Amino acid sequence: MGEDTDTRKINHSFLRDHSYVTEEALSKPTKENRLSPSLRAAVSSQISTSDIISTVEFNHTGELLATGDKGGRVVIFQREPEVRRGLSKNAPHSQGEYDVYSTFQSHEPEFDYLKSLEIEEKINKIKWLPQQNAAHSLLSTNGFQRSEASGELSSCMDKTIKLWKITERDKRPEGYNLKDEEGKLKDLSTVTSLQVPVLKPMDLMVEVSPRRVFANGHTYHINSISVNSDCETYMSADDLRINLWHLAITDRSFNIVDIKPANMEDLTEVITASEFHPHHCNLFVYSSSKGSLRLCDMRAAALCDKHSKLFEEPEDPSNRSFFSEIISSVSDVKFSHSGRYMLTRDYLTVKVWDLNMEARPIETYQVHDYLRSKLCSLYENDCIFDKFECAWNGSDRNAFSLGEVGEKSVIMTGAYNNFFRMFDRNTKRDVTLEASRESSKPRAVLKPRRVCVGGKRRRDDISVDSLDFTKKILHTAWHPAENIIAIAATNNLYIFQDKVNSDMH
Amino acid sequence: MLSKGLKRKREEEEEEEKKETLAVDAWWLDPSHSAVAQAPPAVASSSLFDLSVLKLHHSLRQSEPDLRHLVLVVNTLRRIQASMAPTAALPPVPTPPTAPNVADNLLASSDAALSASMASLLEDLSHIEGLSQAPQPLVDEGPLGRPAGGASPSLGALDLLGPATGCLLDDGLEGLFEDIDTSMYDSELWAPVSEGHKSSPEDGPGKEVGPDLDEAELDYLMDVLVGTQALERPPGPGR
Repeated sequence: MGEDTDTRKINHSFLRDHSYVTEEALSKPTKENRLSPSLRAAVSSQISTSDIISTVEFNHTGELLATGDKGGRVVIFQREPEVRRGLSKNAPHSQGEYDVYSTFQSHEPEFDYLKSLEIEEKINKIKWLPQQNAAHSLLSTNGFQRSEASGELSSCMDKTIKLWKITERDKRPEGYNLKDEEGKLKDLSTVTSLQVPVLKPMDLMVEVSPRRVFANGHTYHINSISVNSDCETYMSADDLRINLWHLAITDRSFNIVDIKPANMEDLTEVITASEFHPHHCNLFVYSSSKGSLRLCDMRAAALCDKHSKLFEEPEDPSNRSFFSEIISSVSDVKFSHSGRYMLTRDYLTVKVWDLNMEARPIETYQVHDYLRSKLCSLYENDCIFDKFECAWNGSDRNAFSLGEVGEKSVIMTGAYNNFFRMFDRNTKRDVTLEASRESSKPRAVLKPRRVCVGGKRRRDDISVDSLDFTKKILHTAWHPAENIIAIAATNNLYIFQDKVNSDMH
Repeated sequence: MLSKGLKRKREEEEEEEKKETLAVDAWWLDPSHSAVAQAPPAVASSSLFDLSVLKLHHSLRQSEPDLRHLVLVVNTLRRIQASMAPTAALPPVPTPPTAPNVADNLLASSDAALSASMASLLEDLSHIEGLSQAPQPLVDEGPLGRPAGGASPSLGALDLLGPATGCLLDDGLEGLFEDIDTSMYDSELWAPVSEGHKSSPEDGPGKEVGPDLDEAELDYLMDVLVGTQALERPPGPGR
C-alpha cells in the first residue's frame, strides 16, 4: 500500500489547483447554462455580500462540487475527466480540474416591503442525493423565504428546502413534421410527406429544474439537512425541531425531535447540527449549543426526544470562564465514513468521539488555542459565535475494507486569517495552511504557516494580534475518495489537490 | 437642586467603590476595548454585563433573531449575574427569563408585541441599572437609557431600593407626563425630600437599621429618590 503511505504526507504537499472567484458576471440567474469553459476570471475588486460562499459540498463520487452563496445562488463545478495517464507531470490539465458546470438561482432574494428589509436568501446547506440514474439531484435550504401568497405582504417566516434535478442534454430532435426549425407551426399545406424526427447531437446543455419544494416545515432557522442512507428520506433540523421528510412527499413531514419548552422562558439550549448515520437508517445524531451530542434511534419512538446515547464531556474546571458555554457550543457534527466515529467542532477544538463511549471524546485537537486568552474581545466583536465546519478525509476504499485501519485518518477544519488546519490522527501531526491568492501560486506546494503567541518568532510567523478575523474559513469539504479539498474563503473557492496523489497518476 | 441631593447620596453609599466606578466610566469613554481585559475582575464583570445586555438588545432588534445567539448571550448573562449576585441578596433578576419570552413574541411577528416586550425588558433592565447608576445621566444614552454603571458596587443599594422597584414604574409614568420643571417647584413634593436628602445620606446606613425612622417614612423617601432619578432620565419606552 505504497500509495497510502505516501498520501499520509498530505500535510506538507497540498498544492493549489485553481481558485475560482464568484463575481458579478455570474450573478444573473439562468435556468439553462451551456457548459462554459473554465473560468479563470480576474478578481473583481468589489466583493458583494451576496457572493460570499455559505456552503460547499462534494457529491458522492466527487465528480461534482456544489457551492451556495448568500445571494441564494448555487454554482456547480464538474471535474474534467483526467486526460491519459502517464503524461509528464508538467502537462497542463492532466489532473482533472474542476470547471463550472451549472449555475442557478435556488432561492430568490426578496424584499420585505413591510419592514423595508432585504430578506437574506443565503443557502444554508446543500446535500447531494445518491445518484440513482443519469440525473443528479441535490437538496438546498435557505435562511428565510417569504411565503409566496399572491397579493399578500405577510412576512411569514417560511423556511424551505428545495430538491433540484440536474440533467444533461446533448441531443435534440430535428425534423418535426408540424413545427419548423424555429418551432413555429408549419403551414399544413406545405407538408407533403411524413418524416421521423432524428436525434442529432448538440452542444451539451445542463438543465436544472426544481422538482420539489418542502415548505412550511420550520419556524426557526434551518441549520442542517441530512439524507438518510435509505435514499428515501431526509431530515432537516432547525434551532428547536428536527423533521423527517420523504423525498417524494412535500406536504407532510414528521417531527422527530422537539426541544421547544412549554414556556419559552425556560429555553436554555438549541439544536446546532444534525446528521444521519451513514449506514444505519434508524440512527441520527444532533448537537446542542451546550456542547452535547445526542444519538437517537427512530425505532425507539416516534418522537425521539429521549436520546439513546448522550455524549458529553464534563467541563474542565481550570478553563472555566464566562464564555465556557459559548465555546463549547458544537457548530458541526460529522459521522466518519465507517459510522464508528463522530467528529465535532466547537469554537476552539475539534473532537473525535467513539460511538461506544459517551463519557468523553477519544481525541481532542486544538485548532487555535491562542485565542483562549482573547475570548472577551472575540465575544465583543461576535467572532466567538462563528460556526466552523469540520471534515473527514475521503475514505480510502482499500483501507476502509480493513475496518479500523481506514479510520486512522485526517481531519480538517477552518480558522481565521484564511487559515485552515489538518490533523493526522495517525501520526498526531498537524499543519496550518493558508488559502489566499497572495501566498500561493498555481501548482506550488502550500507552505505551512505558524501563529506565534509571543516569545521566539520565526520569519514567516504571524502574530496572534495581526490575525485578520474577517477572513474566516467556515466551510470546507473533502472529496469522498481522493485527497482533494475545497475551501471557501469569503467569496473565493479554492480547490487543492494532493501533489503526491496527483503524481501517482 | 436635584443633582445636589443625589450627589450626596452617592458620596455616602459609594465612596469605597468610587475608584472602581471611575475605572468603569473610563472604559466606557475609552474607544479601545483592551481596557476590558485589564480591568479588575469585579469591574470586568459589570462591563461584561453591560456588553451582554447590549448584545441582547441588538439580537432582539433583528427582524428575525438568531435563537442560538440569543440563548448563548442570555446564558452568559445569567452566569455573569450569578457571579455578581453574592454581593447582595437579590432575588433572581427577571430579565433573562423574559428575553426568550420576548424572542418568542418576536417570532410571532407582531410589531406591537415587539415594542411592548422591548419596553418591558428595557424597564426591567433600567430598574437594575438605574438604581445602581451614577447620578449623571449620559448625554447619548439613546433608547437604552442605560448608563455605564457599576452594577456590582451598588448591589447593596439595590437591596434597599428593592421594594421601590414596583413603584418606579408608577412614578416613571407620572414623570412621563409631568413637566420636570413644574415638579421642581412643587413645594409639597420637595419639602420633606429636602429634609430627607440632607439627613438620609449622612445617616443612610444608620437610618436603615436605626429605630428612629419608621418604615413608611423610609419607603416614602425612597420612592421620592427613585422618582427623581426617573425624572432625570429621558423617558425610554415612550416612543
